[in-house]
Amino acid sequence: MQNTAAKTFPIERIRADFPLLQTEMNGKPLVFLDSAASSQKPQQVLDAIEQYYENDNANVHRGVYALSQRATDAFEAARKTMAAYINAPDEHEVIWVRGCTEGINLIASTYGQRFKTGDEIIVSHMEHHSNIVPWQMLCERSGAILKVIPVLDNGELDMVAYKELLNERTVFVSVVHVSNALGTVNPVVDICNMAHEVGAVVLIDGAQATPHGKVDVQAIGCDFYTFSGHKMCGPTGQGILWGKRELLESMPPYHGGGEMIDKVSFEGTTYNVIPFKFEAGTPNMAGAIGLASAADYMTSLDLDAIEQYEAELLAYATGEMTKIEGLKVIGTAPEKHSVLSFLVEGMHPYDLGTLLDKQGVAVRTGHHCCQPLMERFGIPGTVRASFAFYNTREDVDRLVAATTRAVKMLS
Amino acid sequence: MTIAERQAEIIDEFEMFDDWMDKYEHIIELGKDLPLIDAAYKDEDHKIRGCQSQVWLHAAPEGDKLRFTADSDAIITKGLISLMVRVLDDQPAAEIANTELSFIEKIGLHEHLSPTRSNGLRSMVKQMKLYGIAQAAQQNAQANG
Repeated sequence: MQNTAAKTFPIERIRADFPLLQTEMNGKPLVFLDSAASSQKPQQVLDAIEQYYENDNANVHRGVYALSQRATDAFEAARKTMAAYINAPDEHEVIWVRGCTEGINLIASTYGQRFKTGDEIIVSHMEHHSNIVPWQMLCERSGAILKVIPVLDNGELDMVAYKELLNERTVFVSVVHVSNALGTVNPVVDICNMAHEVGAVVLIDGAQATPHGKVDVQAIGCDFYTFSGHKMCGPTGQGILWGKRELLESMPPYHGGGEMIDKVSFEGTTYNVIPFKFEAGTPNMAGAIGLASAADYMTSLDLDAIEQYEAELLAYATGEMTKIEGLKVIGTAPEKHSVLSFLVEGMHPYDLGTLLDKQGVAVRTGHHCCQPLMERFGIPGTVRASFAFYNTREDVDRLVAATTRAVKMLS
Repeated sequence: MTIAERQAEIIDEFEMFDDWMDKYEHIIELGKDLPLIDAAYKDEDHKIRGCQSQVWLHAAPEGDKLRFTADSDAIITKGLISLMVRVLDDQPAAEIANTELSFIEKIGLHEHLSPTRSNGLRSMVKQMKLYGIAQAAQQNAQANG
């Protein structure tokens, strides 16, 4: 187990691809452990965006001229790349959205229009606010009821309770694939199978899954899957919503505007086919091309190797950090991805985070947009170190040393 | 001492620290020494909600002056609060209302007042000044009435 993936993983070459990882923070070489919030970007992605603006920029799907055709080809090729990244059977099922938050809001606003009083929607207690609030808003509008899958003490979902929540009134289940605050990898295949048995439709929030390994929407068996590009080395403001064709076709449009229409008249407007029906206005072309470039970059490193390398790094970090007296890991599920959330007895996360920052270690502190989850654990928040494939054991050692020093100062 | 004199005193005090560690050691000590707010005021009414850390602030008029007590759940925030209280406590309300607090920036801790920190400190400073404005307005009204 010791160092198996680390031996063959080309970590030095990878780190050289990320300009920001070569910089300093507060006069110390930067140790970036906040990739769960937003990852750093490799030069390849930055180049792809620059190359698009320098050579291919024109509005897509409208021009008769060669440049516009080139932009359209690049844009649609990017869609194909993203479909392959999650093994979607048909690229027309892949909708460009700004990010995971917009993906969830789109579903709540469109698919959700069919929900009525008494219908039940299930989320879990470990959801990010973006997978809670859109459903609460929908419940207010529709009279549907929000049900919550409890979380066990180790940060796993209570699947027994989930089974009990499911019934013939359950119309929708929206659950996170990997918890941003705890790192728990949820049993999404079982979640989908069980929901389908009662006829409910399932959306999986994959924001923290797509940066860390292979995702196969067909193997998962979900009906919708959404994720953000900026967490997987892509640019900000671009993400993906995938949905099954028959569901997408049955849904009303989200935003009205150009591109999403078939024919417009004041007597009545008809809508375009999928995916364009959900893509009103000029899309984020550079974002799409940048995201596809990020997917290519990660695929070229081998997503299985990334997953294995990160698993070893997390195990090493967990082992080293728990040697610090009074340090408690929040979220100890057997299946975890790249997140180490912790507290030190008697110390506030803000104090620890501030002192880590001064030592060049970037972590996140607070509730991680999961207030209900923090309340469930009876804590104000955590310090969260989150890893990506460009982090090293040296980064972990710096984290351990900086935390040890901070703890000493605060004791 | 006036508000300006108190700010100058703190700036002097922090000049002896060369590196961030000594500076933060000092802030942590100040945080530990901060006289606690009366338990009765450590409630929702006196809470200034931050995203990262919470602050409680109580203000009471004493003549034309205002007395402040405060607390926080985070020790660094508490240390910074103790500096704010040191500067503005027992000062005339009108001066609290009109003062420019520059010492935090001058001692190199301005980042803690940034909105991204969301530690309650920024809102606390605003709240202290609002108390000053309200108290000064009341005094004016009484003087003119």
